[in-house]
Amino acid sequence: MFEKIWARHVVAEGPGGHVLLYVDRHLLHEGTTAAFGRLTRSGRSVRRADLSFATADHYVLTSPGLPTTDAEARGMVESLGRHTAEHRILYFGVGDPRRGIVHIIGPEQGLTLPGITLVCGDSHTATHGAFGALAFGIGSSEVEHVLATQTLWQKKPLTMRITVDGPLAPGVTAKDVILAIIAKIGAGGGVRHAIEYAGSTIRAMSMDERMTVCNMSIEAGARAGMIAPDETTFAYLEGRPLAPSGEAWRQALAGWKALPSDAGAAFDREVHLAASEIAPTVTWGTSPQDALPITARVPDPAAVADPGRRESMARALAYMGLSPGTPLSDIPVNRVFIGSCTNSRLDDLRAAARIAKGRRAVVPAWIVPGSGLIKRAAEAEGLDRVFVDAGFEWREAGCSMCVGMNGETAGPGERVASTSNRNFEGRQGKGARTHLMSPAMAAAAAVTGRLTDVRTLGA
Amino acid sequence: MEPFTRVTAVAVPIDLPNVDTDRVIPARFLRKDRSVPEYSSFLFHDVRFGADGAERPEFVLNQAPYRGARIVVAAENFGCGSSREAAVWALAAYGIRSVIAPSLGDIFHQNCFKNGSLPVILPADVVAGLRRQLHDRPGATLTVDLETQTVTAPDGARHRFEVDAFRKEMLLTGRDEIELTLGFEAQIREFEARHAKEMAWAVPPRAST
Repeated sequence: MFEKIWARHVVAEGPGGHVLLYVDRHLLHEGTTAAFGRLTRSGRSVRRADLSFATADHYVLTSPGLPTTDAEARGMVESLGRHTAEHRILYFGVGDPRRGIVHIIGPEQGLTLPGITLVCGDSHTATHGAFGALAFGIGSSEVEHVLATQTLWQKKPLTMRITVDGPLAPGVTAKDVILAIIAKIGAGGGVRHAIEYAGSTIRAMSMDERMTVCNMSIEAGARAGMIAPDETTFAYLEGRPLAPSGEAWRQALAGWKALPSDAGAAFDREVHLAASEIAPTVTWGTSPQDALPITARVPDPAAVADPGRRESMARALAYMGLSPGTPLSDIPVNRVFIGSCTNSRLDDLRAAARIAKGRRAVVPAWIVPGSGLIKRAAEAEGLDRVFVDAGFEWREAGCSMCVGMNGETAGPGERVASTSNRNFEGRQGKGARTHLMSPAMAAAAAVTGRLTDVRTLGA
Repeated sequence: MEPFTRVTAVAVPIDLPNVDTDRVIPARFLRKDRSVPEYSSFLFHDVRFGADGAERPEFVLNQAPYRGARIVVAAENFGCGSSREAAVWALAAYGIRSVIAPSLGDIFHQNCFKNGSLPVILPADVVAGLRRQLHDRPGATLTVDLETQTVTAPDGARHRFEVDAFRKEMLLTGRDEIELTLGFEAQIREFEARHAKEMAWAVPPRAST
C-alpha cells in the first residue's frame, strides 16, 4: 500500500534516491504561522490554497467562556487568521463549530482520504494514516516548502508491518494496543520506517480506534503509520462535508479498493503481537516505551544489565518520584486529562463516560473534546451531563494539556493520568509527571485518585 | 542558508538515549521569535537551569570545558518526538552545527538539513567511543568534514559516514531548497494535469467559510 501511494505521487527524481513528492493535503495550525511569515518575506505565494486547510488548536484556551488574557497566544491565533484570509485558505477559526484539533477535524470533514498524501507541521500527522493515506509530520521549513510548491523532497523510508491478531480482552483498548507495540519495538524502533498496521485486531477496530493506533506511530519513531482502507473506512467517509460525492465518490471508491497491500507484499521488517497478551497498560517513566500492564510493579533499574538503560531508568524514576517495586495501581494521581489528538473522539468520550457514570471524581479531571462537532455530538448523547454530574470539567476543544502551549499545564511535581501521547519530562508543564493510558483507565483514575485497573470497576 | 563544509570544534557528549525535542526546547518557548537575543538560553532550558534561573552544574553544557561546543555527540534516537524545528533553531542559536548519533528522530533529522546543520549517523559503538573520549578529555575537539564524509575523533581515528548525495550538495552550497524546487515548475504542472485526471476526486469541493 505504501509503495502504491508513493509511486503515484512522484513528480520528479532527484539525486541520491530523493524524489519530489506531491502533497494532496496540507493541514495548518497556529504553530505553523512562522512559515507564512518567511513565505511572505521572500515574496512567494501559496501554490494551492485549495489543498491547504487551517484550524486553531495549539494556542486556543479550552476554558469555557473565558477570553484569553495571554497576548502572545492570542497573537499566534490572530496571525493564522490573517495569513489564511490573505491566501484564501479555508480556516476553521475561533467561533466556528468545526474548529478542533487538526488531526481530528481532517477526518471529520472528509479531508483525509485513502490513497492521498497528507502533511502537517505536527508529528502526530500519522493519525490520518488510519484511512490508508500516506500522512507524516514535517518541520517548519518543510511547511514553507509545501506552501510554495505543493511538494516535498523526500527519501523513501523503509517499511515495517506490525500485525496484531485476535480479539481484545475486556477493558483493553486501541490505546493499550499501541502502548504495547511501542513497549515492544522501542521509542526508536520505527525510525526511518513507515509502519503498516495489520491483522484481525486492527481490522475489527472502529475508525476512532484506528486513529488512536496510527496517531502514536511517532512515539515508536515512525513518521508514518497506516492501515489499509476497508468497508469501515468507506462507511466513515461517505457523506462527510469535504469528501468526494456522486460520481467522484464512485471513482474514488474503485481506486481505494485496489489500495491494500498485495498478498505477497514484502516489508523490510515484520513484527507480530497477539491481542491476548495485551492488558490495560500505563506508562511509569518518561518515554512512551516505558509501558507496563497496570497489574505490574514499578521496575527496578538494578535488575537491568545494560548500564545506559539502567541510568536512564533511574533518571526517569527520580523525575517521576517513584520507587522500584511499587505496585502501579498504588500510585496516587493529582489530576486527570482526557483529550488530545490520540484520545478525544466520540468513542473515547463514551468509554470514559461509562466509567464516570454514577461515580465521583476525587481529583480535578478535565474532558477536552477533540473538536466542536465532537463536543456537540457528545452533548446530544448526554455525555456532558454524565461528566459534570461526576465532577469532571467539560471543556472546549483544543490540544490543551497534552502540550500546554496555551498555558494549560500541570504544576511541578503534579502527577497526571493522561490520555495524551507523550510522557516526556516537562511535557505537560515544567516538573509535571505524566502517566499515559486509555480514556477508560484515565476515568478510573479520576474516580479512585490512583492508577486503577479499569477491570476492577466492571469495565 | 549557511553552507556546511567542515567544522573543527569542541564537542559535547550527551549520553541519555531518546532525548526528545521537548527537552531540547520546552513548548512554552515555541511562541518566541527565533530572532530574540535570549533564544540560545531556551536550549535544554529546564535541565540546564534551576527554578531560580541559575545554571545546574551537573548539566554537561554548564561545565567549563564544554561551553561553546559546536558539535553534539548524542545517543540513540536523539531529537525524537515533536516536529518542532525550534529544536534545531535553539541548537543553532547556541552555535551547534552538527549532531552525531547512532540514530536520530526522523523529523529532527530532516529539520537539521534545512538549517545548515549536519546530522551524522555512525554505528553505536563508534559513537559510544567518541562520547567516552569526550568524557576522558573534556574540551577535546572533533572535526566533521562533509566533503570527505568523515569525522575525525580526538584520538585521530577517522570515521566515514554516509550522507545522501542530494542533502550533501544542498548543505555544501547552502542552496535555497524552495528556489531549487521552483525550477521544477514544468514538472509540477505536468504532474498536476495528470493527477487531476487519475485522481480527480482528490481535490476537495470548495467549502463554505
